[in-house]
Amino acid sequence: MMMEISARRRVTNAVMLSLSGICTLLVIGVLFFILGYLLWEGARSLNLDFFTKLPKPSGETGGGMANAIVGSGKVLLIATLIGVPIGFLAGVFLAEYSGKMFAFTLRYTVDLLNGVPSIVVGIVAYALVVRPMGHFSALAGGVALGIMMIPIAVRTTEEFLRSVPNSMREGAMALGATKAKTIFTVVVPAAISGLLSGMMLNLARVAGETAPLLFTALGNMFWSHGWLQPIATLPVMIYNYALAPDEDLHQQAWAAGFVLLALVLVINITARLIIARGAAGLRR
Amino acid sequence: MASSTYITDELRSLRNGGLLQRLRGGDEIAYLITLASAVGILLLVALLVLELWSNSQPTVKTFGWSFLTSSKWDPNSGKFGALPFIYGTCVTSLLALIIAVPLGVASSIFLAEMAPPKFSNILTFLIELLAAVPSVIYGLLGIFILVPLIRAYLVPVLTKTLGFLPIFQGDFYGVSFLSAGLVLSVMVVPFIISVSREVLIAVPVEQREAALALGATKWEATWQIVIPNASTGIIGSVFLALARALGETMAVTMVIGNTPKITASLLSPGYSIAAVIANEFAEASGSLYISSLIFLGLVLFGLTIVINAMARLLILTTSRRGV
Amino acid sequence: MATPQRQVLSESTMPPPASDVIDPVKTHAVCKLKATSLNFYYGSFQALHDISIDISSNKITAFIGPSGCGKSTFLRTMNRMNEALRNTRVEGDLRLDNEDLFSINVTDVRRRVGMVFQKSNPFPKTIFDNVAYGLRVNGIRKKSVIEGAVEKSLQRAALWSEVKDKLHKPASALSGGQQQRLCIARALAVEPEVLLLDEPCSALDPIATLKIEELLFQLKTLTTIVIVTHNMQQAARLADYTGFFLLGKLIEFDDTKKIFQNPSKKETEDYVTGRFG
Repeated sequence: MMMEISARRRVTNAVMLSLSGICTLLVIGVLFFILGYLLWEGARSLNLDFFTKLPKPSGETGGGMANAIVGSGKVLLIATLIGVPIGFLAGVFLAEYSGKMFAFTLRYTVDLLNGVPSIVVGIVAYALVVRPMGHFSALAGGVALGIMMIPIAVRTTEEFLRSVPNSMREGAMALGATKAKTIFTVVVPAAISGLLSGMMLNLARVAGETAPLLFTALGNMFWSHGWLQPIATLPVMIYNYALAPDEDLHQQAWAAGFVLLALVLVINITARLIIARGAAGLRR
Repeated sequence: MASSTYITDELRSLRNGGLLQRLRGGDEIAYLITLASAVGILLLVALLVLELWSNSQPTVKTFGWSFLTSSKWDPNSGKFGALPFIYGTCVTSLLALIIAVPLGVASSIFLAEMAPPKFSNILTFLIELLAAVPSVIYGLLGIFILVPLIRAYLVPVLTKTLGFLPIFQGDFYGVSFLSAGLVLSVMVVPFIISVSREVLIAVPVEQREAALALGATKWEATWQIVIPNASTGIIGSVFLALARALGETMAVTMVIGNTPKITASLLSPGYSIAAVIANEFAEASGSLYISSLIFLGLVLFGLTIVINAMARLLILTTSRRGV
Repeated sequence: MATPQRQVLSESTMPPPASDVIDPVKTHAVCKLKATSLNFYYGSFQALHDISIDISSNKITAFIGPSGCGKSTFLRTMNRMNEALRNTRVEGDLRLDNEDLFSINVTDVRRRVGMVFQKSNPFPKTIFDNVAYGLRVNGIRKKSVIEGAVEKSLQRAALWSEVKDKLHKPASALSGGQQQRLCIARALAVEPEVLLLDEPCSALDPIATLKIEELLFQLKTLTTIVIVTHNMQQAARLADYTGFFLLGKLIEFDDTKKIFQNPSKKETEDYVTGRFG
């Protein structure tokens, strides 16, 4: 009697554990499939024109996404200039100055902001920038993405500043440094690798966002001059081309997808490596 | 010994800077600037909510709360109702969870309990990279890979075997609730795996060892002891995934069909809140049209706040219990 | 009361205890740092009770006592480090060369009353930048001045010969004992009038400890030294004067020789003979 039960339990054990392994394999399989297919299709369609030419009017084949690549860069630049300083300084406040009550309120609010769906951020940027200005612009797109960068900037800054041991702060203050000098000449440099990689992850996340740009930066078939004109960005181009009834545009969408994914993954992996190395260094 | 007082003299002379000195010491300025940033964020969020609310007013005034229960969406005749979109959002998210949760939890069990640590870490790293893939790329893959595959293989099987169910009836054109739900499930699975795995790892070794020492098999120990311990955290991860699915825009827009219809069949095209805003906002004209879209955005925001709060509560409870 | 077997002094090869040498200056000991009726509170808990003490110039003063007796707390009061903590309150008088330390800018106080901590805490910077930090943060910019001061401080901390070829390597590469000497050099660079050391050797091996004790002995001529130690033998070796703390009160303060050989208070006697602590 005991033997039978044992066998059944053993079989269940083996089956269940194998199942879980299979599930994992499935998930990993999807990942490799995504990357693989994108690599294949994207690399196939990638050529020099992609990086240097402007989009051709509908109906004509050829052309590239030079303006979208530059456009993404411009919009991300604005986003970084808005999101990173505000987020960083607020994070410093949370880590070094804030009282408990205010800290709780701020953290909760930042989490709230983090949970806003990206399309809703787009709506807000529309209301705050596009409507008063009367037209779409790179600035509006940058504002939308900048707002999305703030919560992660705050969280990362606070987390990494807190990880700097108090003995560093005391050492600096004992030499006559003011609190501000201590923070900016000792604490921040001590946390710098974590802060930088956090900002990189932040940027990577925002670089792939499409929804907030749909009605802020909109798009542009030509070069956009300055910061106040509608501007083409890589993710929006992918979206538009994928839905177009044109096979040639589909190929370009793959190429763009390849470039975008490559960018995002490279930044991601680099940032994680920096964090990993930083953590190892701290363990000395 | 004269040189030893040189520094002291230098310092003493520098000290007599007065106000400028204190300013350069920077304490007041630093405090004010960082405080301003913090307060600025609070104001920004308040402004955000205010803008959403005030810009929704035309719709609120015209339709009141019946906006949320009406299923008519016809911009040309000025009729706006939110129900098709709420329905679509819920259906696709639910479908995504039904697929992603078992898969995700099973994988997290494998990664937390079975796999050797180094192997597990590499796999987890790769899975977290999945979470970093932009939504529009999932959409791209959805349109050109997933939908044809579903049409060629999955749907025929479904209609043949389960065609008697109302959810699998009707014609299939590719874009549908089903396609959107499947793409969403792929996007959401990494979150479930990531959080569940951490929660499982956090369960103390002693718990597992106690079970194993009593003669339980590895599976029994995991299923009967470890998972109940981590259950709140795992449910929290599901809520997190749900919040992500609700707000997901691009991938859904590209494969759902953009048809404001409420049908039981998963094979028919539909619409979601995020998708309709993405599709129609740029060209919307007329204050009622725009304010309806904005009100939809507010509804979505409210939904995600609630789900996120619940998620955080659950995950927090798990970690505080020192599971 | 004193019997030979209660001698705690080790009459070995150590240099004669400072207090043994007939010190002509001793009778005219100048008061460098003077605390009067100092009380200190963590919230509602009173950690220091009515401490009054004269720290003599160019001498080594040691604070001894069991864990939690307040000796470190009092040390940190002397350079107003406790103010960096929340919810603390200090009452009483503290004077450096008769200047009220509570009325001067706190960063000034800390420059003039330096501190070395229990566990060495070099900044994640180069050796050079560590020592130069105090100078730069206090406004000195001239490269030549800084370089000269860094070299001088490292020599005074008996570290120069070991690091002169790697000044621009990270400080984290040094051994524990070297790091602590680096922290001493860093503190010395701003030429403090008083140097406070909070159990500076407790995390170090005996050889590193010896090096630092020799160092402190020489630094006496340069500055006034106050050292907190849980090692009574160390106090007996180094200090001219010793103060015994217990439960936040200064029980006894006198020449080191007297504290260890002929204490006036029973608690002191109990502690130095090892009956508790």
